[in-house]
Amino acid sequence: MSGTDDVAHLEEDLPLQDLPLDAWHRAKGARMVGFAGYHMPIQYEGIMAEHAWVREQAGLFDVSHMGQLSFSGEGVDSALEQLLPSDIQGLKPFRQRYSMLLDEEGGILDDLMVSRLGDGAFDGADIYMVVNGATKYDDIGWMIEHLPDEVVMNHMDEQALLALQGPQAGDALASLIPETADLLFMQSGLFTWRGVPLWISRSGYTGEDGFEISVPGEDAKLLADALCALPQVKPIGLGARDSLRLEAGLPLYGHDLTPAVSTIAADLGFAIQKRRREEGGFIGHARVMKELADGPGARRVGLRIEGRLPAREGAKIYAGSVEVGAVTSGGFAPTVGAPIAMAWVSTPHSAIDTALEIEVRGKRIAAAVAPMPFVPHRYRRKA
Amino acid sequence: MSRYFTDEHEWIDVEGEIATVGITDYAQEQLGDIVFVELPAEGTTFEKGDDAAVVESVKAASDVYAPISGEVVETNSALEDEPALVNSDAEEDGWFFKLRLTDATELEGLMNEAAYKKFVASL
Repeated sequence: MSGTDDVAHLEEDLPLQDLPLDAWHRAKGARMVGFAGYHMPIQYEGIMAEHAWVREQAGLFDVSHMGQLSFSGEGVDSALEQLLPSDIQGLKPFRQRYSMLLDEEGGILDDLMVSRLGDGAFDGADIYMVVNGATKYDDIGWMIEHLPDEVVMNHMDEQALLALQGPQAGDALASLIPETADLLFMQSGLFTWRGVPLWISRSGYTGEDGFEISVPGEDAKLLADALCALPQVKPIGLGARDSLRLEAGLPLYGHDLTPAVSTIAADLGFAIQKRRREEGGFIGHARVMKELADGPGARRVGLRIEGRLPAREGAKIYAGSVEVGAVTSGGFAPTVGAPIAMAWVSTPHSAIDTALEIEVRGKRIAAAVAPMPFVPHRYRRKA
Repeated sequence: MSRYFTDEHEWIDVEGEIATVGITDYAQEQLGDIVFVELPAEGTTFEKGDDAAVVESVKAASDVYAPISGEVVETNSALEDEPALVNSDAEEDGWFFKLRLTDATELEGLMNEAAYKKFVASL
């Protein structure tokens, strides 16, 4: 037997660090693996059961490995608009947007969430950003290099980040903090619970309704205990987080998104609002405009797969004898009940329902380009 | 019948010249939810250590090696429809394949149940 810890090998030589809830996870029976430089829970009772629980009830994820940054200072909006292709000036207080950092060639350095703060949250900073754990130090370095001195960036590594996700997440959180019931998808706010300040946004990465909660690390255990004491909430590991986000059609940085790929090709053009497309003024704009005009050479697509054999990251994709792409993440989808994948496929072969073949261990398995998400999103939007 | 174990977390039941091979309960526990098992074709011959089967869990694919040399005489067709049998009953109904042994002396270096338990406890 080999290859039982597919995420462990991502780690290099640095010793793994502990996050604030490390002991809490172990006490809950988690199996811990190395991920993004930290010991992280991959599963508790099992990925299939945890996945199903989040689709039906509510799951608590520890995503404290992610980088939480705040920005303030003169001209912070226009400075960030140099780095992000999204509309920051038009971002209202307590609103959040999905965005990304692009390099000079328009390649994606990271994807992220950016919000306008309010109510004095995070010492009165203007902007809050959550970036991926594995890329956070590179992101910080990139931003230090490109932001003017007047903008102050603070890496809030004393903050933990919990995600509560699932159709019961709204009721569960409202039972602790009734005011959170008013939040809609991509809205956020500052709340106080037992004297602890919590910055809460109604968002997540599972396709379900839910929240991301920034909590001081020293108070994370108190909050995690209070949430998991509710009958509808269980702790959920990274394994189910991956299968849930894949079903939701959400790309995972480092796998589906890399510096080699661009925003439009990744089907993430929604992150670039009209004004930014027209005016430009951000790093990577030329690539965005070119691909909007000419179309990209390859696209990020979903694939449904015949049979039960999963196709994994790296599997080559063929149209007849011609190699036309590769799987970037794939696995068995518990809610779909079949294997699915996300892939990069050359544009002529990227239309919905295009029949393709994936090579798995020397065999060809039948697949077809499928619309994403694979499982409908159930975000709480305005009625 | 005698049961042997390998340090690759496989078990082998030997009856005459036929060996039934599966993965241990410890192994299935480590792998997590199993969603697909790729079994060898009947008639395939293996040298000890060859890739013999692949177990796909939700999160990863793992190779299973032939613990001993032999020819595949039967595979567990129940795993096609119900791969989760490996999770629920790894060391009985979740067996993978049966081999006709070509070299019974290969069994000599393997562990018995007590030794395997001790090995797992040391991991």
